[in-house]
Amino acid sequence: MRTDHAMNRFFVLAGAVLLGIAGFAVVVLSFERPPVRTVQIGHRGVAMELVYNPRTVAAEFARQQAPAALDPADPPESDEDRASAIYENVPVLGHLSVAQFGRIMQAMTEWLYPGQGAEGCNNCHVPGNFAAEDVYQKHVARRMLQMVHQINTAWRSHVGDTGVTCYTCHRGQAVPAYVWSQQPEHATRGGMAGIQVAQNLPGRDVGLSSLPNEPFTPFLFHDENIRRLTLTPRPSGNLAGTMNTEWNYALMMHMSTSLGVNCTFCHNSRSFHSWESSTPQRVTAWYGIRMLRDINVNYIEVLRDRFPPHRLGPLGDTLKANCSTCHHGVYRPLWGAPMARDYPELNLANFQRAAAAAPAAAPAVEPVPEGEPIRLPAN
Amino acid sequence: MAEYQYLFCRLQVRSAPYPGVPLPKGATGREGKPFFNYWIGKIGDAQIGPIRLGYTGVLSLFCGFIAIEIIGLNMLASVNWDVVQFIRLLPWLALEPPPPAYGLSFPPLAQGGWWLLAGFFLTAAIILWWIRLYIRAKELGLGQHTFYAFGAAIWLYLVLGFFRPLLMGSWSEGVPFGIFPHLDWTAAFSIRYGNLFYNPFHGLSIAFLYGSTLLFAMHGATILAVGRFGGEREVEQAYDRGTAMERAALFWRWTMGFNATSESIHRWAWWFAVLTPITGGIGIILTGTVVDNWYLWAVEKGYAPSYPTVYPGVADPALLTGGAR
Repeated sequence: MRTDHAMNRFFVLAGAVLLGIAGFAVVVLSFERPPVRTVQIGHRGVAMELVYNPRTVAAEFARQQAPAALDPADPPESDEDRASAIYENVPVLGHLSVAQFGRIMQAMTEWLYPGQGAEGCNNCHVPGNFAAEDVYQKHVARRMLQMVHQINTAWRSHVGDTGVTCYTCHRGQAVPAYVWSQQPEHATRGGMAGIQVAQNLPGRDVGLSSLPNEPFTPFLFHDENIRRLTLTPRPSGNLAGTMNTEWNYALMMHMSTSLGVNCTFCHNSRSFHSWESSTPQRVTAWYGIRMLRDINVNYIEVLRDRFPPHRLGPLGDTLKANCSTCHHGVYRPLWGAPMARDYPELNLANFQRAAAAAPAAAPAVEPVPEGEPIRLPAN
Repeated sequence: MAEYQYLFCRLQVRSAPYPGVPLPKGATGREGKPFFNYWIGKIGDAQIGPIRLGYTGVLSLFCGFIAIEIIGLNMLASVNWDVVQFIRLLPWLALEPPPPAYGLSFPPLAQGGWWLLAGFFLTAAIILWWIRLYIRAKELGLGQHTFYAFGAAIWLYLVLGFFRPLLMGSWSEGVPFGIFPHLDWTAAFSIRYGNLFYNPFHGLSIAFLYGSTLLFAMHGATILAVGRFGGEREVEQAYDRGTAMERAALFWRWTMGFNATSESIHRWAWWFAVLTPITGGIGIILTGTVVDNWYLWAVEKGYAPSYPTVYPGVADPALLTGGAR
């Protein structure tokens, strides 16, 4: 009897230890180490709160800092001082002074190809022949300069006075870390076995949820309706169902993870549709969605034929932008560092004015294509 | 008696295995030689078997097996038959209902047809098991309380996967089979229909659900606590109160001024449990059929409070630019 008792005690202890280890593993792997801070941002009692962990914020703050600005360069004093007067084939930046032109070239090299020194130029230029148009990256860079200008002028509703530079997305990489392209639907390799559209796998872009993994084609490329709620208490012809709503929910999860915020950053979650109880950030985000549609269609996808196949997605479309591309998990990219202010060279308006004043003297600018519909494979 | 002060079962009754009460004439028998398991005895009766499946039991298990097989193989196909990925990603995998375009028609298997088949076999398994509960209880001479309770759960299950999709005219309104997918579906459902928080039947269901856990804890704790006075013989004490029941009653009367009886506490528990899915099912079946936006419905009915505006001037930018996309 005594041995039975000892055996029992052993099994109970062993079981307790195993359970303890498993429980500890679950706790450590599933939960975030405190502290978790909550900031009230709405009327009391409605749970309008921002939730953050100061440790995470401190780490992200250290990791995401704008690089120091290069020494400023003087603007042109006369037309002879302009880059267009010295260099051949400078259709977009020709209005800059030679010093400004050199400065922005140097900055772009450091932003995309850091640490390569003068070698960095060769990523876009033919060595020894800077005017040559043979490197595809040069065409892309030119379009991207126009895109930056478009964002900083036409989309001030989203970027405000902070603006963007190449670094906002590129962060020292030729291809920004967060981009998206169309993904093939889960292949139906099981013969009759049924596979749904691309969801029900952990989606990196949608907060690791099982929601549709790529909500960008409908909402950030096409202009599918994001508003699924009925604005009357009773049914009034809204045909959207729960399944449709999962796509919108996926987009919202993407925005939430991209900005490192919870739903209440923009919405009062008691009524997601109500603008009256939303925060001003929701308006900013609304313009952000339209901005992404504009740049994805008119500035990025138009370059499809320029890119080599290895710079395209599996279905042959370009690598496009979503909220993460600039935000990198932070509610204001680079914590709101006003980088664009330090780079007046990125403002093409001066050039456009100069071009309008003296059209004969200025080289032709690539026309900005209007938003012609680009048909991707049906989503 | 002090054994009951321990958190886990410390008593195990061992005797010759008990074959069960004699069955009525004509009833089929039970199969299997009973045996004892020490560890099962820690959480329940140590005796395993004999078992009695019958036609309904066998058919139910068979249909359930087919349903699980359809769901599992579809999930396995979604990771290209990679067993390692199947295990790793299992919480995310799903078998989805047909897309909205198919309405109530039977879609191709790969477009939700498998979901309908899995749903059919799962429902068949559940209904067969329900019938089996009825027959078992009847043959043992029991009341049908368990049968009705399980029926309440079946009501909610059928509302979610069958009745409501029928009323909405589309199988796509059904719930996907999958661990995270059905949770994401639940959240999307609440978002689409304007926040289930404002659905009063949803609120009732939660009240009964949480109430059930509270009653369960109160009852379990009370009976264990009076175990040293023989309180575990609670059913006899419904009509023959001993000191255990008197003390338990006094404890609650002194604590909250009122006490249940040995009989009524079980009625409380049964009703709370049963009303959880009944009220929940009513709330679900009204959603999208009668009410399309619960928040606005609650505003109309005057029970969604209004709060002061904290950010004045926030307005729908689509009104400025035109086009509500």
